[in-house]
Amino acid sequence: MKLPLLALLLIAATAARADPVQVAVAANFSAPARQIAQDFEKDTGHQAVLAFGATGKFYAQIRNGAPFEVLLAADDETPAKLEKEGAALAGTRFTYAVGRLVLWSAKAGFVDDKGEVLKRGEFRHLALANPRLAPYGAAAVEAMSALKLLDAVQPKFVQAENIAQAHQFVASGNAELGFVALSQVMKDGKLGAGSAWVVPANLHQPIRQDAVILDKGRGKPAAEAWLKFLRSEKARAVIRGYGYEI
Amino acid sequence: MFSPADLAAIWLTLKLATVTTLLLLLIGTPIAWRLARMRSWWKGPLAAVVAMPLVLPPTVLGFYLLLLMGPHGPVGRFTEWLGIGLLPFSFGGLVVASVIYSLPFVVQPLQNAFEAIGERPLEAAATLRASPLDAFFSVAVPLARPGFLTATILGFAHTVGEFGIVLMIGGNIPDKTRVVSVQIYDHVEAMDYAAAHGLAAGMVVFSFLVLLALYLLNSRGRRS
Repeated sequence: MKLPLLALLLIAATAARADPVQVAVAANFSAPARQIAQDFEKDTGHQAVLAFGATGKFYAQIRNGAPFEVLLAADDETPAKLEKEGAALAGTRFTYAVGRLVLWSAKAGFVDDKGEVLKRGEFRHLALANPRLAPYGAAAVEAMSALKLLDAVQPKFVQAENIAQAHQFVASGNAELGFVALSQVMKDGKLGAGSAWVVPANLHQPIRQDAVILDKGRGKPAAEAWLKFLRSEKARAVIRGYGYEI
Repeated sequence: MFSPADLAAIWLTLKLATVTTLLLLLIGTPIAWRLARMRSWWKGPLAAVVAMPLVLPPTVLGFYLLLLMGPHGPVGRFTEWLGIGLLPFSFGGLVVASVIYSLPFVVQPLQNAFEAIGERPLEAAATLRASPLDAFFSVAVPLARPGFLTATILGFAHTVGEFGIVLMIGGNIPDKTRVVSVQIYDHVEAMDYAAAHGLAAGMVVFSFLVLLALYLLNSRGRRS
């Protein structure tokens, strides 16, 4: 085979294999994101490379040149902040999921379906994500103050750095119960293990999780395709299946 | 310059490092002595076990400590049986974890120092009818002084710098488990970079001074 022909074939081959989109995904959304990425690849031919982590850490990395093209944040403040600072593309921001807070215990029957267990206070440790860092932690504090239980329960707080660690504290039994994301304890539309109280949405500000295209994703077809797919009914069905609202 | 929460974290960190270092010297010295005098086949495996915390990532070590010391873990069952409750989320739990985590940093300098003494000074002490215990305290310990110095400083500094384990089993409770490294991490995650820089700068200066003291004291010890 002649060399120019080989070169031509190579160019054609790379052009056909779409450029993958680099997505930074909030840890609480990792399970649905994996599933959506599979469907995305099947349906559009584009590939999505996912990295999971804390939104605050992603913010620092993005501001310092990380190669992410899309951010699926755990809150709505970080994408807005990135947009204001010129690190994200204006007009691409939207809410891809609204998280639900749940009071969960790994023990069956420990948490009743009205959350009375909080009032009785018969536990040593209550795990929650650090309210200063994590939207789910802030929502948990809001809910407890709305119920006028904050002062009584606060001395029993054990704070995790993120919602994944809060889940670990409860799952390992070190904390009898804790506030986690419904998405962490829900599988195929129902509670996986233990006992839980889904905190009524009117007890705290909605936990909006926003997505945005970052500066590195400017003009990348795969990045735009990923956001478009995230809005599709197919992706939304997956998102709802994990206990988010949208 | 530092907020009250920062100061509380600094105080707690110093307390944790001090308690841990004292315990490590108590536990580490007999282990190092034993290892240094050991001639049997068991020396290799035992030294490897002591060095293990160097290999395991701290968050991994912390995760397994959380499982072991939790209500379903053997250590957790034991501490509950003793009536002291569970160790995670308590100062005591952090001390236990730090002792495990910093063990090689204390045992290895001590072991090296004991090995460097050799058999002769101890044999001489024995011929002068010193008991093994007497020989240990009046011959081995003074001769191993640089080793004790290195072990103390490394154990202390390493505990101050500990992060991953505390993060896993601490629960970030003010005055109980919220140490400086976790506080810095919180500042960074909350995007309060000014507060993070202040604490981090303090930590850098502190570790520089500690290590400088180590080198100065050690070189002076060698000259005298």
